[in-house]
Amino acid sequence: MSHHIIDFKNVFFHYPDGTEALRDISFRITHGESVGIIGANGSGKSTLLLHMNGCLMPSSGTVNIGDLYLTKKTRQEIRRSVGVIFQNPDDQLFMPTVYDDVAFCPRNLGLDEDAVRQRVHDALSLVNGLELQDKPPHHLSGGQKSSVAIASVMAVEPDILAMDEPAANLDPKSRRLLINMLKTFHHSKIIASHDLDLILDVCRRCIVIKDGTVVADGPSTEILSNRALLEENNLELPLSLQRS
Amino acid sequence: MTFDEEYYNIGYLDRLSYQDTFVHNLDPRVKLITTMLFLFAVVSFPKYEIVALFPFFLFPVLLLTIGEIPLLFILKKVALVSPFAVFIGIFNPLLDPVQVTVLPGLTLSAGWFSFCSILLKFLLTVSTALLLIATTSFPGVCHALRQIGVPSLFVSQLLFLYRYLFVLAEESMRIIRARDMRSYGRRGTGVKVFVRIVGMLFLRTIERAERVYYAMLSRGFQGDMPALRNFRITAADLAFTASVMGCLYLFRFYPVSEKLGLFAQGLF
Repeated sequence: MSHHIIDFKNVFFHYPDGTEALRDISFRITHGESVGIIGANGSGKSTLLLHMNGCLMPSSGTVNIGDLYLTKKTRQEIRRSVGVIFQNPDDQLFMPTVYDDVAFCPRNLGLDEDAVRQRVHDALSLVNGLELQDKPPHHLSGGQKSSVAIASVMAVEPDILAMDEPAANLDPKSRRLLINMLKTFHHSKIIASHDLDLILDVCRRCIVIKDGTVVADGPSTEILSNRALLEENNLELPLSLQRS
Repeated sequence: MTFDEEYYNIGYLDRLSYQDTFVHNLDPRVKLITTMLFLFAVVSFPKYEIVALFPFFLFPVLLLTIGEIPLLFILKKVALVSPFAVFIGIFNPLLDPVQVTVLPGLTLSAGWFSFCSILLKFLLTVSTALLLIATTSFPGVCHALRQIGVPSLFVSQLLFLYRYLFVLAEESMRIIRARDMRSYGRRGTGVKVFVRIVGMLFLRTIERAERVYYAMLSRGFQGDMPALRNFRITAADLAFTASVMGCLYLFRFYPVSEKLGLFAQGLF
């Protein structure tokens, strides 16, 4: 039984054009924790998420997921346990129909067609999207695309969920549904977002990133009520904390 | 027509495939194979053949009526690509000036016959191919291709083409809208801007391709698309295939039009 630990140690990453996206990032997320990653635009949140499953490999430093040390060899295995949901659902949904898209992961795992159908059914009902299954993604609204993107990752029941701006395209009700769904997901989850209310609602812990490095790491309630820290990072107090 | 309208028009073709008719419910493989046979039968006629091609219109007409596809829509699409066929054949009457007597007193150059033959074959093949997509949906056709053994690499290229055609079109639409909004009626504002927009679009496409690839890798892609959904061949599928094949054989190897003509003459 692997424990769903995510451990970044002194991770550096620079893009081929020389941009330094991550500079000496270290943190450890233990089993079942929910962590929000916040920071200004271009602070390195998305790059960080791409390191969770080896889409990008650190230029130096180490990443451990569970018991596995991230290398080119282990990343296939790591991808089975880490579900990454991308910011733009059009990037995530690459198959011609919703059904095929949600079935992509389970089929890649080699499940038989009945099991695949069951997985697709379960995943789509989780996001209230069952009636969408025969539609092509380009006929969906932005919010529907986001829900399907989430379903497509949930279909393999990942141990760790990493999401990049999951609520960006959602209307308030869908956003609320998403928050409730995230609360029922008891494995580790990491959410990069500017929606600080969502982070406050879903995540116990919060990491602030600035220029590719961790500048604060602590309980969400503490960090998200620290006006000075947030404003330094182009953020502001969550709406729910502004009133009081 | 504006770009926006054109764009929404593309989506119409696969909305048609959501219907529930006999033709729509046939197994995609069956439709694909019969359509292929149909295409081969049509193009296998010699280049001066005209009369024997007419019976073949039965197939697209049946697909159209049973599948409840609007005729005008298909005709418009056919007209859109017709310049290709017209330009291939337009010089035939000049290049092939052998005179042939059609009716007493009317002689035409043989080139006109091959030109008409090209146009007929074009009309038959393109309308049938469009009807195949309109009654099966593009993904359906791709699944069928995969199942009859076309390599996964080709099929996945087709699937991506179809999926990202819309995304790309939408992206161009947004860029063009943004340009029009800020060019205050000075239409297009010249080639220079256009060239830069195309360059921009190209760069965005590359970036998107990279993100899509990451998304695929994240979800267990290892160089091979997973096998697609299974369909079941029913008795209706078999009956359809058998009757189409029978008709195609008949139309191809017996002079059906001629026999019908003689029969009609015999009646009067």
